[in-house]
Amino acid sequence: MRTKALIALLAAGALALAGCGSDSTGGSTSDPVKSVDTSTFEAGSTMAKLAAAGTIKIGTKFDQPGFGLKGLSGAPEGFDVDVAKIIAGAMGISADNIEWVETPSKVREEVIEQGKADMVVATYTINDKRKERISFAGPYYVAGQQLMVAADDNTITGPESLKDNPDVKVCSVVGSTPAENIKQYLANDSQLVTFDIYDKCASALRNKQVGVVTTDNVILLGFVAESDGGFKLVGDQFTDEPYGIGIEKGDTAFCEFINTTLKDNEEAYNQAWASTAGAVEGAAAATLPPADACA
Amino acid sequence: MDAVTENFDLFLSGYWTSLKICLIALIGSLVIGTIIAAFRVSPVAPLRWAGTTYVTMVRNAPLTVLLFFFAFGLPEIGIRGSYWLFGISALIIYTSAFVCEALRAGINSVSSGQAEAARAIGLPFVATLREVILPQAFRTSVPPLGSVLIAMFKNSAVLGAFGVGGDLFSVSETLTSARGYAATPVLVGVAVGYLLITLPAGAFLAFLERKTAILR
Repeated sequence: MRTKALIALLAAGALALAGCGSDSTGGSTSDPVKSVDTSTFEAGSTMAKLAAAGTIKIGTKFDQPGFGLKGLSGAPEGFDVDVAKIIAGAMGISADNIEWVETPSKVREEVIEQGKADMVVATYTINDKRKERISFAGPYYVAGQQLMVAADDNTITGPESLKDNPDVKVCSVVGSTPAENIKQYLANDSQLVTFDIYDKCASALRNKQVGVVTTDNVILLGFVAESDGGFKLVGDQFTDEPYGIGIEKGDTAFCEFINTTLKDNEEAYNQAWASTAGAVEGAAAATLPPADACA
Repeated sequence: MDAVTENFDLFLSGYWTSLKICLIALIGSLVIGTIIAAFRVSPVAPLRWAGTTYVTMVRNAPLTVLLFFFAFGLPEIGIRGSYWLFGISALIIYTSAFVCEALRAGINSVSSGQAEAARAIGLPFVATLREVILPQAFRTSVPPLGSVLIAMFKNSAVLGAFGVGGDLFSVSETLTSARGYAATPVLVGVAVGYLLITLPAGAFLAFLERKTAILR
């Protein structure tokens, strides 16, 4: 009898500890998300199905600091992850019942089309080409492309000065939207150097093989923060990258539910930003942009 | 398949870039591979050791590690250059180790009587190799060399991740990620592109094999 009691005690203690752990990690998980009365979901809708199942599959990046980064804890952390938790929470699904699916940029549409994820929150820029295959809820954040240079570099002051300095190489990730956007500012195609990940661009900037790294400002801020004053951002944002939440094409009801949920939980949204991507020095406060019409 | 037809010019430019990489690397690795093979069969012990060390080190390192060393290690110690040069050099050095071993197999298949006869008529080592041994060795080495070179063509896709832009595989990344095309048709297009390099190469090697066949 006594051993049984001891085991029960230990188990209770472990549970309590586990509870503490999860409270202290994610910023928004500890905030009460306004849960919608799940019985108001229309029968047959995505929300009703997910709420009844009690679980949801969410696609996010596992390698994007500040947005979706899977660390030693085993669960991804970041702004995208916390936004996804707000939406899941509104359907009465707790963070523990979310199944995270890794969705790197090139497979995001496939993951939604093939039903491997119920929604994708993965620094996913809304554009018309993608809308042909999936639908977007949101946007929930508007990023913008910027340039990062070495701190002692004063020749590059913005995208306009790239054409005048054709010897300065510009680095981005192969096949990314920023790599496509920057091409119009370059003197020629060979000025662009592409790698498969931004980490390599930062290394190349550090050993002076390239002069500029370009992508969305929020990603660059992460590198500036960890460079110990070695890098800086120059020029203004020269694009708008509205990040949306990818869902199955034509699921208007789910899209409207997501938009309403985000609007109703602005406090949780702000906290999620402040505890993740917004914690980087120099990051501007995020305001929830007005949602696009669901189509 | 409209992903391929709509972007045919992009595919074509990727195909040419990949073909160019393959041809330069093909010539470079054959030349260096032959020199290293000569080292490994040379009568001078230090040359043999150098050749063996080269093959052991290069052949046992993954290609990506070599590429990392070139693209990020060399600039770190002050050697700068274009990523194009770094990428192709790494591919040549990596492939030449395999070329060397394929050639050495061919050299070893030439009976030692040939080398002895060459020496008996007063040919020095280099001439023995050039005039007597290598012409026979290359013939025997054609099938394994073919496999090595076809593997190199496919390895060239890795260069896209190390700053060598515009190759066939990078084109597919641009189409699927930035422009939102479905991955499957794009990748089928890429596969066809690589087949358009490797199949003619294979046919040429088969032709070469027939042409250089010797009766022993």
